Formats: sequence, C-alpha cells, structure tokens
Amino acid sequence: MEALLDTIAPILAATLRVATPLILAALAGLFAERSGVVDVGLEGKMLAGAFAAAATATVTGSVWYGLGAAIGAASLLALLHAFACVTLRGNQVVSGMAINVLAAGLTATLALAWFRQGGQTPALPADARFPALPLPGAEWIAEIPLLGRLLVTVIGGHTAPVYIAFALVPVAAFLLWRTRFGLRLRACGENPAAVDSAGISVAKLRYAGVLIAGVLCGMAGATISTAQGAAFSTDMTAGRGFIALAALIVAKWRPWPVLWTCLAFGLLDALAIRLQGVPVFGVTVPVQAMQAVPYVLTVVLLAGFVGRAIPPRAAGVPYVKER
Amino acid sequence: MTAPAIECRGVSKRFGHVLANDSVDLRVERGSIHGVIGENGAGKSTLMAILHGFHPADSGQILVDGNPAVIRDSADAARLGIEMVHQHFMLVEPFTVLENVMLGAEGGALLAEGTAHARQNLLRLGRDYGLVVDPDARIADLPVGARQRVEILKALHRGAEVLILDEPTGVLTPQEADDLFRVLRALRDEGKAVILITHKLREVMAVTDRVSVMRAGRMVAHRETAETTAAELGELMIGRRPAASSRPIPATPGPALLHVDDLRVRDNAGVERVRGVTFALHAGEILGLAGVAGNGQTELLEALSGMRAPEAGAITLRGQNIAGLDAAQIRRRGVAHVPEDRLRHGLVAEFEAQDSAILGYHRDPAWRRVLGLFSRSRVNAHAARLMRDHDVRPAAPRLRSSLFSGGNQQKLIMARELERAPEVLLVGQPTRGVDIGGIEAIHTRLRRWRDAGKAVLLVSVELDEILALSDRILVMFDGRLSGELPAGAADERQLGLLMAGAHA
Repeated sequence: MEALLDTIAPILAATLRVATPLILAALAGLFAERSGVVDVGLEGKMLAGAFAAAATATVTGSVWYGLGAAIGAASLLALLHAFACVTLRGNQVVSGMAINVLAAGLTATLALAWFRQGGQTPALPADARFPALPLPGAEWIAEIPLLGRLLVTVIGGHTAPVYIAFALVPVAAFLLWRTRFGLRLRACGENPAAVDSAGISVAKLRYAGVLIAGVLCGMAGATISTAQGAAFSTDMTAGRGFIALAALIVAKWRPWPVLWTCLAFGLLDALAIRLQGVPVFGVTVPVQAMQAVPYVLTVVLLAGFVGRAIPPRAAGVPYVKER
Repeated sequence: MTAPAIECRGVSKRFGHVLANDSVDLRVERGSIHGVIGENGAGKSTLMAILHGFHPADSGQILVDGNPAVIRDSADAARLGIEMVHQHFMLVEPFTVLENVMLGAEGGALLAEGTAHARQNLLRLGRDYGLVVDPDARIADLPVGARQRVEILKALHRGAEVLILDEPTGVLTPQEADDLFRVLRALRDEGKAVILITHKLREVMAVTDRVSVMRAGRMVAHRETAETTAAELGELMIGRRPAASSRPIPATPGPALLHVDDLRVRDNAGVERVRGVTFALHAGEILGLAGVAGNGQTELLEALSGMRAPEAGAITLRGQNIAGLDAAQIRRRGVAHVPEDRLRHGLVAEFEAQDSAILGYHRDPAWRRVLGLFSRSRVNAHAARLMRDHDVRPAAPRLRSSLFSGGNQQKLIMARELERAPEVLLVGQPTRGVDIGGIEAIHTRLRRWRDAGKAVLLVSVELDEILALSDRILVMFDGRLSGELPAGAADERQLGLLMAGAHA
C-alpha cells in the first residue's frame, strides 16, 4: 500500500502542476470565446508571457515583476487581437494565428538579442522563481494514516500559480453565470444583436473578454517559465495553447468541465513523463508516442465521445449592425 | 392637449446613394396605436431604427413628450422609454425567458440582486396584459408566438412608454395575431404609445387609431383610421391604383402529374418534420400549401426538389418514382424549383447575375466550348435575354447578384427555372421581401404558367398570396396536412384555424 502510494502520489502531484497552465489558458479561451471572439492565439500569448516573465525576473530578480510583465505582454497581444477582430472586424482565426507566429518569432529574436544565449534566457536563481508553498499544518495532516500523506504530497508543496489557477475556476464560473457582466458577455457570444438592442456596447464586452484572456494567458506563460521552469527557451509552450483550446471544446465552454478536462490532459502528460524509458508490459513505449496521447485523445473525444460540442453561436463572427 | 409621445420633424437619413428617410414628420400620441405603413424599402424600418437609436439621424429633430431628445444609441432610447420589438427577435436562444428579460436591465452587478424583482415584474406584466410565459423556459424551446411575448415583456420590463413593433404578425397565425392585438389594445388603454409597422392593410384597419403612410423615403399621408379605407391606404402606399387583384379564373385541371404518398422527411437534427403527407398535383392548377412557418413545408419542398432525401414514402412523377433522386436528376425530369431562401439556395449572392442565371443548368452544351470551357459571351447573351424577357432590372448581366433588389433576384431565378418549360414548378415563398410591384409581376407569371397547363405547387406563409393564387389549398400543421379547401370556399378564419392545427 505504502509503495503504491509512493508511486501514485508524485504522478498526481505532477498532474496538478502540468495542468495549471492548461487551466489558465483554457479559462482564457473561455472568456474570449464566450464573448464571441475565437482565440487560437492562446499559444502565442502564453509564449510571450513566458518570455516576458523570465526576462523580467532575470533583470529585476523578482518573480512577481515577472508575472506582471507576462500579464502586460500577453495583454498587449490580446489588445492587438481585439483590435483586429472587434474594431476592424477581421478574420479571428487569421488574427490568432498571426499572433502565434509573431510571438514565436519575436520572443526568440528578443531572447537572442538581449541575452545572447542561443534564444534562451539565463537560468533563474531560486529566489527569482515561484517557490513551493508548504501546506499549512502539513505535519499534522501527514499524521492521518494513508490519506494524510497523499494529501500532503499531492496538494501541498505547489507554487502559487497552481493554487491561483484552481481558485480561478469557481471565480470564472461565478463571474460568467452569476453576474451582470457574465450574462452580458455570454449573450454577446450567442446573439450580439440582442446585446446591442438592449443598449449595451458589444465592442466593449468583446474587448473585455479578449483582454481577460490576455491576462490569463500571461499568467499561464509565467507559470511555464518561472514556476515549472527556470528560464525561457524557444517555443517552450510546445502546443499547450492548442491543447487548452481542445480542452475548452471538450468541456463545451464551461468552467468546471474545463477543470476536469485539463486535469485529464495533465494526468496523461504526467504519466508520459513518468513512463519515459520505463517498460510497460515488457515494451518500452517511445516518449513521442506517450506525448502524442493527449492529442490523440483530443481527436477521439471530439470525434464523438463528448457528443456534439456546440460553440457560442456568434463566436468567430464579427458583429456588424444590419441596415 | 398634451404633447405627443413622439414627434419627428424633418428627419433624414442617407445610406450611400439611397435617401432612406427624406425629411420625415411623424406625431404619435400617448394612448394610441399608430400604424406606419409602406412597401418594402419605403423607409419605415429606417425611421424606427432612428427612433430606437440603432442608427443616428443625419438631420432633423425628435421630440419625446415635447422635449427635444438626442438618441445616439439604444441606451438613449431606453432612457426615454422607447423600446422596439424587432421583426427578427433579439433574443438569446440558449438563455431562459428571465435571463433574456433581464439582459440590459439586470438591476445590479450581481444577478441575484435583480432576479426576484424581475420574476415578480414578469408575472405581474403577464397578468396585466395577458402575456403568459414561463420565466424559466429556454427561448430555444418556445414557439414563435411565445418568443414574441417575451420580446414585449422585455420591452415592458425595461419601462417602455413607447413600444415599436416591426412587422409583428409575419410569423403568427391569424389567431395569434388577434391575441397580439388584444395585448396592444391593453397597452394603449394603459396610456402607452404603440407604433405598429406593417405592410398589411387589414391589420392597420383592424387595430390602429391613426396611420401614417410612407413611400420612397417620404411621409406621404397621415389619416385617422376611422376616416380612411384600406383601398385609399393601398393607393397611397404604392402611389397608384393597384391592379385589380384577379381572383383566379376557375382552372380546368388536367391529369395528376405528381403524386406524393405518405411522405416522411427528417431535418438535419433528425426530427421528423414531414409526417406522412399525401396529395396529388394536377396539370393546370396552382396548389397552395399554407401554414405557419416551421410546420414542415420547408422540408417537404426540399424532399420534392431533391435537396433532401425523404425518410419514407413515394414521390411519383408521371408514374415514375423520383423519391431520393438528387436535385439535378429531378430537374432533368421536368421539375423546376424556386427555393424559399433565394440567397442560400436560389443564387450565389457573390456571383455575377449571368452566372446565377445558369446555375443548375451550367452543363448545358449551349454555352460550352471545347474541353468543357464556358463561353462567357454566350452565357452573357443568354442572361441578357432572360433579363429582358422577364423585366429584371437593371438588365445588367455583369452586376453582382446581391446588388439586385429582392424582387429582381426572384424574377431572375423564376426566369432561369421557367426557361426550360418544366411540367411541374415548385415555388417557395416567391414574394418574401419583394415589393408590391414585384409581387404583381411574379403572381402574373405564376398564373400564366398555370394557364399554360403546367402544374404549380405554391408554398407560402402569406395567406393573402395563397388566397389570391391557389385553385386548391392544402394546410400543413406539425408535419401533416390538416385540411384541404377549394379556393372558392376558403376564408381566412377557416384557414387560420387549420393553420393552428384544428381539423376541418
């Protein structure tokens, strides 16, 4: 039993860790798309956030300044996206992809130009990263037989962004379903004309949705480079933005299902890391195959296991007043 | 005398080259129902959009209760107590009635703060005006009539003193329309001002106190309803005496050409929308299929024309089963189709008119050259001739299809379909969004086609159209035929009952 716990607990702890940027990014997509703006630029905004966080933390030595810079950089890209999609009524997918390309190129170039380490930022010292926070009262909880140790290992000892991400799920659910702002934002994603005719600005709401997405993507990026990692490296988000987008679809654009889906993807990822080079039933599964599982799972889930995922009806459609 | 609830003085609005409102005046008193009538494109909707703040006016003055008002957006209009029930409902379908009513008038940053009040208000308004709707029902689950009640409730919850309704009866049965009129009278008696925009003279005569007539962007007349007649209003509306609406000469139907036997059709969502329909269509008759939109007529027409494979049942054309054939095969057998939704199925809006004019017949060798390439000059000449013969204006084959008016788009589609002299013509909503002049032309053509001994199936939600053209009338309700009437015996009340599902 003890031995089993010792195997499982670290995997579950890793699940929470790797799920964190996914949760933040998927919630970001949730706000943007609920407002009616499709956001395939989650990846790029995260990458920009990851770079801004690492670069700022390197220069200032403060991880919180890093987080602020990440939020700033990602929000700036979000603002660009909102300008293209809402003000100029451009194609939302094209704008999102453009942001991905822009972020990929810009971060690599700036990293090279400023730090001259082949596109990386210097390794951050421990005090310029998010520290692991011990669970309050961990020593007493650990006394509880079996469960206690599990709790302490799985839930305790994570960095601040992990706890923030999990706390943001109920916050998002409350904001979207229990407040005036949420009602209006969701209406905007379904029928913006109804919002407009009620005397509410569709553009403002969509800017708000996209900007919230920017803030959350910035946090996700900072998590990757200054909580999970200790530096920025080129393309370090590695498609997490797209996994988050897939999680959002599987979760049918709802906060709690977003959490469960991201945890499922996180578990797969944690397993993939854990099982690297470990023989399973006598066969050593190639790392690449394990890493591909979340993507394969996404396709399978989307192909029918979750039923039809109906996006907000007006998502992707610029709002133009009829004559 | 108190100041009018709404007064417009010299309101003008221009869209590009079109002067949609040309120095329009309007006075609407409190405690009255005021009709604003005019043809499509006369400027009624533009004027109302200005009052509701959807578009700002270019010039002119608006007074609300005698005070000059600036209405820049819907929020301004709402502050002045001006609310509008749009023709296409402004409702959020996945939301509940309550959520829709609260949208924009939530009563606090947290929904919990305003919910109880909104719920109470909804019940009170429902009682006072006979607007009964379940506050927790989802809009997507509600029938059209109920959705309209939600729109009115929404306006009243927001404190409407002036209520504008844009073509509110287009989607209602005559009985539902009567219910609506009862509500409007109750609102009037409460001292509210109701503006009813419509092109149906019958409704104007039935429910309004005063009426204003628009034509080509101008206000051409104001009348007390009691002192005018439908004939006078019709004349004012189109600026001339309308052609005597000829009741069809009794047709001499020939043999049955098309038999439909126990036809069943499912829609994309898998719902059975046509549930066992049987009828025969004869040569030399116009068979009218009446019904409120959404009772299976669309799917029936799609199955007959080959756009949708039927689930079960037979469609026989001169003894040959054509059920399940595709649209091209059915067309080749002499069944032409003028679809309900001309912009989605009738033509390609982005195409030049000449290309829209050969859609479905694009394989005709007449405009092919070597290697199957099109001869643009032949296509152009063909389109030019069609447009000339069928009075499509402007007769410009190179003009983008979307730039023609609804009536002219429809004439182009009719021209294309009639060109092949089909034995059977299926037409859906032929005059939807077409102005009165265009309607006359289209009706004349359909009658002539009937007189030439061809079979015409006319699917329309416009009762007037069904009554004016049909030799025989079928009524469809909930996927079944709820009755059949010979044209002479049909009256609106009876049709209305059948359309609402009562059996003959």
